[in-house]
Amino acid sequence: MAQKTYAGKTVDVNEEDYFTNPSQWTKEIAVEIAKEEGIVLTEQHFAIMEFLRNRFNSGEALSIRSINHSGVIDVKTFYQLFPGAPLKKATKIAGIPKPVSCI
Amino acid sequence: MKKLLILGAGTAGTIMANKMRKELSGQEWSITIVEKEMNHFYQPGFLFIPFGYYTRTDILKPARKFFPKGVKVVNSEIEKIDTSQNNVILKNGTTIDYDILIIATGTRISPEDTRGLKEELWFKNIFDFYTIEGAEALAGFFKTWQGGNLVINIADNPIKCPVAPLEFAFYADDYFIRKGMRDKVKITYVTPMSGAFTKPKASKMLGSLLERKNINIVSDFFIGEVDNTNKKILDFGGREVPFDCLVSIPLHTGDPVISKSRLGDEFGFVKADKNTLQSVMNKNIFVIGDAGNFPSSKAGSVAHFQADVLEKNILDFIHNKPLTASFDGHSNCYIETGFGKGIMIDFNYTTEPLPGLYPLPVVGPFSLLKETRLNHLGKLFFKWIYWNILLKGRKLPVTSYMSMAGKKQD
Repeated sequence: MAQKTYAGKTVDVNEEDYFTNPSQWTKEIAVEIAKEEGIVLTEQHFAIMEFLRNRFNSGEALSIRSINHSGVIDVKTFYQLFPGAPLKKATKIAGIPKPVSCI
Repeated sequence: MKKLLILGAGTAGTIMANKMRKELSGQEWSITIVEKEMNHFYQPGFLFIPFGYYTRTDILKPARKFFPKGVKVVNSEIEKIDTSQNNVILKNGTTIDYDILIIATGTRISPEDTRGLKEELWFKNIFDFYTIEGAEALAGFFKTWQGGNLVINIADNPIKCPVAPLEFAFYADDYFIRKGMRDKVKITYVTPMSGAFTKPKASKMLGSLLERKNINIVSDFFIGEVDNTNKKILDFGGREVPFDCLVSIPLHTGDPVISKSRLGDEFGFVKADKNTLQSVMNKNIFVIGDAGNFPSSKAGSVAHFQADVLEKNILDFIHNKPLTASFDGHSNCYIETGFGKGIMIDFNYTTEPLPGLYPLPVVGPFSLLKETRLNHLGKLFFKWIYWNILLKGRKLPVTSYMSMAGKKQD
């Protein structure tokens, strides 16, 4: 199992740098991962990450369309906040596994 | 007399009717199944229709052939589930009471949820192949098509049979080569995922297969709308992909009755425990197959493996015992890759598809994550298994839980 150090804390990650233990995540860590992705986090980023973390913790599948139902932002804004591959980036920064809803 | 009520007689509901009738005494338990369709489609067969390999009659049988004796069949649409009264209201207003309810109402495509998808080009240049109507319309279109941009687009997960769009791409390559017009067809695979698949090993293998077959991938594309005038699809990030023929795998939702009955998530999938398959709201309600919000594949194999778990848990529930069986997310499928070959994958909630042999180590006979002719024959033969063994709840020589035997790890 690989490890990485963010904000002075060591966390467990997989081969693609996704957290394998979401409880190790903190907001300070998120800020540092976001920096690697070229993103400066705002309140909106944190709000949607909280939605994603809650959804993950309750065992539900994550998908881009679920963002429209988050009550936080719509998909268009999601793309603006995490450009390119929003769900992939947002889950990485939020310290939860990459969504495997496909198979 | 206690009452077990099953909603939906697709793959999952039919298997459960067969299994539970065997397990529950006819003196103590009545079993009723409600289904609006009179016919049962072998859904894996939809893939073959656009290319003319199957027609409707090859994949259709009367649903009644698969119900065991001693199960009452009600042919009706469902209006609402009233959990406070433990009953289900049918379209004609009659109600059916239950002591235990199994929801197996499946999933359906919802093209109206994407702007421009189901408008003037629908069934002219835009098709689905997840319905018999869509698959047949596409077959008609392909017969005379002169070529151009063929775009295969997955709107978003979850979708039924997540490998079907890939199989479609492989078959399209095969089909247009055989027709001698592959040079006139540009095939583009447009997906909201970051590759052919999300799980690394399968994604790499399938991604390189797409490349070898000269199929372009556009990844991380979440469709926002279809421009019918200029024939292109647009994503929210501002990207565009032009098409002459769009094969869409639209958004999927649960049965409308789920939302109406307040049992589902925002897409109408029943909220249930991914391991016990029990509804999170009502202890006497269980869910199986595509109808649930489980983070597993929406596929027949999943329904089949879940059925063993659900059978045990319902018996535990009846005997006031804690639910002991736990579904591990096990799924497997054949992936047709064209030219008489296929791949097989086998995985669960936590283990990604790995190479190896299935179901037995050393002898297989099926090869995991590898193209073989035997895998293709397995897929063709599976239709017989489906009608004769699987739907009837009979045992297959495979385990419900995923096994690591025969799999190769790094």
